[in-house]
Parts: sequence; C-alpha cells; structure tokens
Amino acid sequence: MKRNMIGGLGVAFAACAAMAFSAGAAAQAKEQFVPANGYWVGPYAPGGSGIFGGLIDYMQMINDRDGGINGVKFSGGKCETEYNNARGVECYERSKKKGPTGASVIHPLSTGITYSLIDKVAADKIPMISLGYGRTDAADGRVFPYVFPLITTYWSQAAAMVKYIGTKMGGMDKLKGKKITLIYHDSAFGKEPHGILQDMGKQYGFDVQMIAVAHPGNEQQAQWLQVRQAKPDYVILWGWGVMNTVALKAAAKIGYPRDKIIGVWWAGAEEDVLPAGDVAKGYIAAGFNVSGANFPVIKAIQKHVYAKGKGEMEDKSRIGSIYYNRGVVHGILTVEAIRKAQERFGKGQPMTGEQVRWGIENLNIDAAALKKLGAEGFMPPLKVSCADHEGSGLVKFQQWDGKAWKVLTDWIEPDRKLVRDKIEASAAQYAKEKGITLRDCSKEK
Amino acid sequence: MFYRESGQFKSSYAEDQQIFPIRQDRIGIAALLVLAFVVVPLTADQYWFSAILTPFLIFSLAALGLNILTGYAGQLSLGTAAFMAIGAFMAYNVELRLPWMPILGSFAIGGLCAAAVGVVFGLPSLRIKGFYLAVATLACQFFVLWAINRIGWFSNNSSSGVITAQKIVIAGYTLDTPAAKYLLTLAIVTLMSLAAKNLMRSETGRAFMAVRDMDVAAEVVGIRMMHTKLLAFAISSFYCGVAGALFAFCYLGTVEPEAFNLDLSFRVLFMIIIGGVGSILGCYLGSAFIILLPILLNLVAGGVSHTFGVEINHASLSNIELIVFGSLIIFFLIVEPHGLARLWQIAKEKLRLWPFPH
Repeated sequence: MKRNMIGGLGVAFAACAAMAFSAGAAAQAKEQFVPANGYWVGPYAPGGSGIFGGLIDYMQMINDRDGGINGVKFSGGKCETEYNNARGVECYERSKKKGPTGASVIHPLSTGITYSLIDKVAADKIPMISLGYGRTDAADGRVFPYVFPLITTYWSQAAAMVKYIGTKMGGMDKLKGKKITLIYHDSAFGKEPHGILQDMGKQYGFDVQMIAVAHPGNEQQAQWLQVRQAKPDYVILWGWGVMNTVALKAAAKIGYPRDKIIGVWWAGAEEDVLPAGDVAKGYIAAGFNVSGANFPVIKAIQKHVYAKGKGEMEDKSRIGSIYYNRGVVHGILTVEAIRKAQERFGKGQPMTGEQVRWGIENLNIDAAALKKLGAEGFMPPLKVSCADHEGSGLVKFQQWDGKAWKVLTDWIEPDRKLVRDKIEASAAQYAKEKGITLRDCSKEK
Repeated sequence: MFYRESGQFKSSYAEDQQIFPIRQDRIGIAALLVLAFVVVPLTADQYWFSAILTPFLIFSLAALGLNILTGYAGQLSLGTAAFMAIGAFMAYNVELRLPWMPILGSFAIGGLCAAAVGVVFGLPSLRIKGFYLAVATLACQFFVLWAINRIGWFSNNSSSGVITAQKIVIAGYTLDTPAAKYLLTLAIVTLMSLAAKNLMRSETGRAFMAVRDMDVAAEVVGIRMMHTKLLAFAISSFYCGVAGALFAFCYLGTVEPEAFNLDLSFRVLFMIIIGGVGSILGCYLGSAFIILLPILLNLVAGGVSHTFGVEINHASLSNIELIVFGSLIIFFLIVEPHGLARLWQIAKEKLRLWPFPH
C-alpha cells in the first residue's frame, strides 16, 4: 500500500511535468520574451515582488497601450529563485530558450545570482542588466560585453555619498579630520564600497571605520555601541532587508541622530522604514529613482493596466513605492533597449539577445526622452556606450518624513573619473586572471 | 522473482567479496553507468546539464562526504559548507598561483586543505559527542567563512571577496561546454563513490562503524580512537572539499563566500537524513530530493496553472510549493524514518519474494 501511494505520486508528478514542458514549447512567433526570474517568498520578498511588479506592469502597459514595440508584444514567465543562487541558475537555464528568440534580457535581482551568471550569459549571448547591484567592475564593457550594471554601481554610489556629505558640510575640504562609519552587511554586497571609501578617505583626509553586521542582521547592539564610542560625523548604512529596520531602531536606542545616517539604495524603501515606526524619521537614503504615483508613466500604468482589472500588485497602495518605481525603471530601460535594437535590426521583429545587447549599449535616454516617456525627474538620464556599461552614476538623496520619502537633492554626480579608474583597474585584473582580450570599442558599430 | 539469487554460485573468495554480489545489481549498475556516461550526454540539453545533473552530482558528493563522517563514523557535523568553501577557494588559489598545476591536481589539493582543516576541527570529537560536537563544528563553519571574508589572500584581494574559477583544461583540451563539465563531474563523483563504497567494506570502514555503534567497545577491541575519528574527519572533509571545488569550477563559475553559509551545511545534512544515514545510495537519493524536488514542484505548479487556465497568484504559488515540499519531507520521514535508501532496500526484498510472499 505504501509503495502504491508513492508510485501514484510519482505518476502524477511525471504527468504534470510533461504538461509543463509542452506548455512551455507552444510560443507565438511575434513575441519578445523577457523572463521574470525573481522572488516572491522569503525574507527579501518585498523587494522582489515590488520590483518585478513594476517591471511586468510596465511591459503590460506597453502591450496594451502601444500594442508592444512596433507590433512585437512582450511575453514573460515568472520563475521563483528564492534569492538562492542555485535556483537562480536553474531559472536562467529554464528561461533562456523560451520565446521565439530566447530570453532577450535577464534581470537577476540578486548580486549572488549575478555573479553566478556572468560566465553563462557571455556564452549564451544574452545581456544581463544588474541595475544598481551586481559586479561593479562589469561596468567596463570591454571586459564584460554582456553585463550591464546600468545607471549606477556601488562604487559610484559610495562616491556620491561622500560627495553629498561633503556638500552638507559646506565643501569637500571640510571633510578633513572627520569620521565616517560604514555599517555593512557582511557579504560581497557589503564589501563593495570598502576600497573606494578608503581611497576617498585618503584623498580628502577623513577617517573611515568599517563595522560588519552578520547576515541577516537582526542583532546589532554591539555594532551600535561601537558607533556610540567612535561618535562618527556620519554613518553610512549598507544594508539589505531586515538589517535596515533593526539598524534604525538600534541607532535610536543609542541616540544617534537619524539624519546623520545615510543608506544605500537597498536600504531606502518604505519597507525598510515603516516597520521601524517613528524612529525612522529623518533618515536619509540614496536612490536612483524616486517614489510617488504622480508621474505620467505611473498614471499610464494605472489607466491601461489596473483600470482594466489587470496588474501585478495585490496591494494597490504599493504602486508608486520605491521598489515598485524601481521596477518601472527596469521596465523603461528594457523596453527602450529593445526599441533601439529594432531601429537597427528590423522594426516589428523580435530581437535576439545579441541584438538587444547592441540596443542596451547604444541606449541614450536624455532629458527630452525622459519627458516623452513620462518619467521626468523619476530616474536619471543615461547614455551607455561600448566601454561604459554604467551610463550615468547619478543619484538623488531622499529623507523619510514619517509618511513618505521627500527628495532632498537634485541628481548628484560622483567623481566619475575616480570611480572609472578603479573599475578599469579591477576589470583588467579580472581579464588577466581569465585570459580575456579586451574588446576594441573603436571597432564596434 | 526479479532478485532471485538462486543459481548464482560463488566459487572463490574474490567472488564472495565483490561489491555487488547479486548479478542483477551488477547489471543494474552497469546499465546506470552506460546511461549516465553515454546516453545522457547524447540526449540531454544544456538545461539538464547545467541546472539539474551537475548540481545534483556535486551535492551527492558533498552528502557522501558528510555521510562518511556522520552516517558511518557517527560524528555529527555542521561544517560541510565550510569544507566545501575551503575546497573551492584553495583550488582557485592553486590554479592562480601555480599555473603549471593540472586542474585535477588543484581539486585534490583543495580537498587536502579541507582535510587538514577537518582534522583540526575534528579534535574536539575526541572529547565530546553528538549534539555538542555539532556545535563545535559550527565554530568551523563560522571561522572558515570569517577567514575567507577577512583575509584578502583567499580571493586574490578581490574587492568583494568573490572568486572566478579559471578555465578547466585537461591534457590540452578545454572543457567549457556544460556537457563536458558534466562528464568531468560525473567521472570524479563515480570514482569517489566507488572508493567510498570500498572504503566502507574495508577494515577502516568497519572501524568507523564500530566507533559509531559504541565507542567504548570499539576501544576495548583495540581500535585506536584518535586515529579513527580524525581519519573519518579527514576523509569526509576531503570529499566535501572536492565537491566545493567542483561547485566553483564546474557549476557556478563565480562564487562568493556567502554561497557556503550555514544554510548549505543544513541542506547537506538534510540530504543524508532524508536519503539515508549510513548509505551510499542514500546520498544520491537525498540530494535528488532536496535539490530536484523543489524544481519539479515549481514546474508542476506552473504546468497545472497553465493547463487548467487557473490564474493563481504567483506569491501564493511559491508558498504552496514550500508547503508541499515540507509536507513531503514529513511524509517520507514518517513512512520511513531510515531514509529513502531503506525504502529501496525494502522494495528490493519484496521484489525478491514477488510474486509469492510468505
């Protein structure tokens, strides 16, 4: 009897798996497949569901309002990665052959998964966009032709933070003799800003103190005691998930002023500050997109998607939140890159990964283009090139007032030469280790 | 009927002592090996190679390593992922700093470094047992990751502590396709499984089991406690180290230290608990259960909602997968607490009697 039950289960599984495979094979001809390999469960679900919600809704809006790009509609499929590298690789392998031209672009939405896919996307010729995360030196497109850490990398972010602190103090020369503490998530993500902060510390004469917080970061008393002893002028919070909320509460406990804490963009969403309650008031975070539902692009999504009873977000109040809007930024970049590729390789045709890569590399979204997209002030303008896979580096700083994120500054540009030199040096080391010959960008068409 | 041994006579000691004494087993294993080495490479596609088969084999090897220590020698360990990390990072460093070293040599050195660390962290096992030992090996897990994160030498001073595996070149031939990497993994895992199977039938293996079953009695009959326990730690860590090197070189390519966190140690431990503690076959079954079942559930859930046109919210769907996975673990543990390998053993016995059970 026991064995019969198990056998029955096995047969049921096999049948269902067969259905899944046959369903995946039936794809239409004029479609552009963009997979949504994200996470809707687990500790990072707020980020995953918000960002992929925005991305999917934006593509849905383009499908419904414009009929796709020149008649090519977007199709997609979700795959749950659980923010786990092995599952992320599995989802990537599963999605890369779907649709008429395969996956046209990958958004891993996890620094770990990005690392795991770097070799694979180059072999499969599928561009990977790691928007504001991932491997920083991949911004050197000569070494990493298929990886795009668009808009801004962690190093640009750290440099922009120092610049912002400098402006608040009344000039970069005022940083001399000051003390900045970095509280970071103890992972590859948290270690990214170390080098650049130390270099800038030497350059401007400020002191940098690094304090690690072990994953997931729900115990931080010891770390903040160190902060109390050191009395830094500013604290940079390089956190993710629950760590951010706990940090704000711990800062309040030792009485460290929240408006002297500056968070990375993964520490600056509503989901990070709301659970902390009142103590989060005054906290400042960077961001390459702003919150709010009053932008024409968000209104278009509400009109063309949600008014028709479609849409990804069950909780409609999250539309216009930081994460959701970041997903819309992902959507805008994906759609515009494919539009650009179609201009060169044939309008009304689904593009292959290689063609989309050209599209991203020649992406130029200036202020006028942003206005046309309904995203003026929503995200920074960017211009990508063969060598520069970052394209912008601009961030805004926003302050939590207890109800919403208020924008404090205009787009702030980091010292791009300093960052670029470091990126090129690091990429060159990688190229040497891997035996990669640098791509000659003057020969790219 | 299928397992009838009547008519299989053994006329020499060698025949009596062979690994698979029953002819049907030998045929089955041969067929499996032909399937894995010949049929699969000819038929499977990239998805199967790089997302299903390679990770399955690598985790089977890691589970095998832990099973030698926990299942055969009876020492509970939570440091598996740390030993894998040592294997991965040391193989990378050997390749980086000694470019003339053949890749298999790097894997072996990675494994040996893991074995050395395993011996050091195995020392507490001479004094403490069971759950207390597990906590002691927990220290290994945290210390190793801490060291890899802090000491720049391990990652060649990479700013983020991430390493990128070098190209795999064996005898002038570059293995860069998923199929080639699968075959390399399969060859290593097969050889090491064979070695483990033989080891457990040898005097050393019997000493391990004696220590596991009752260490005082084992000592009384003359088994050297320190030697045996530390050997178990060394062999187990060597297996885990090689698995880690394969994880970096044949599976992901680029790894961060965080990939080898405590969560991974637990997963490998669950593999041997579900697969079968003290069974080589169990390592494979457990690894398949933990690695492949969630993927299958995901495909099934997607297929069901697609075929029947039911729009299920994706978040609920993902949560349902986790619930089903958890329930299946409980189901199998209730049906057979000794793991899936024991289920196979029972099935084999029934097949032997079929169709005339007593």
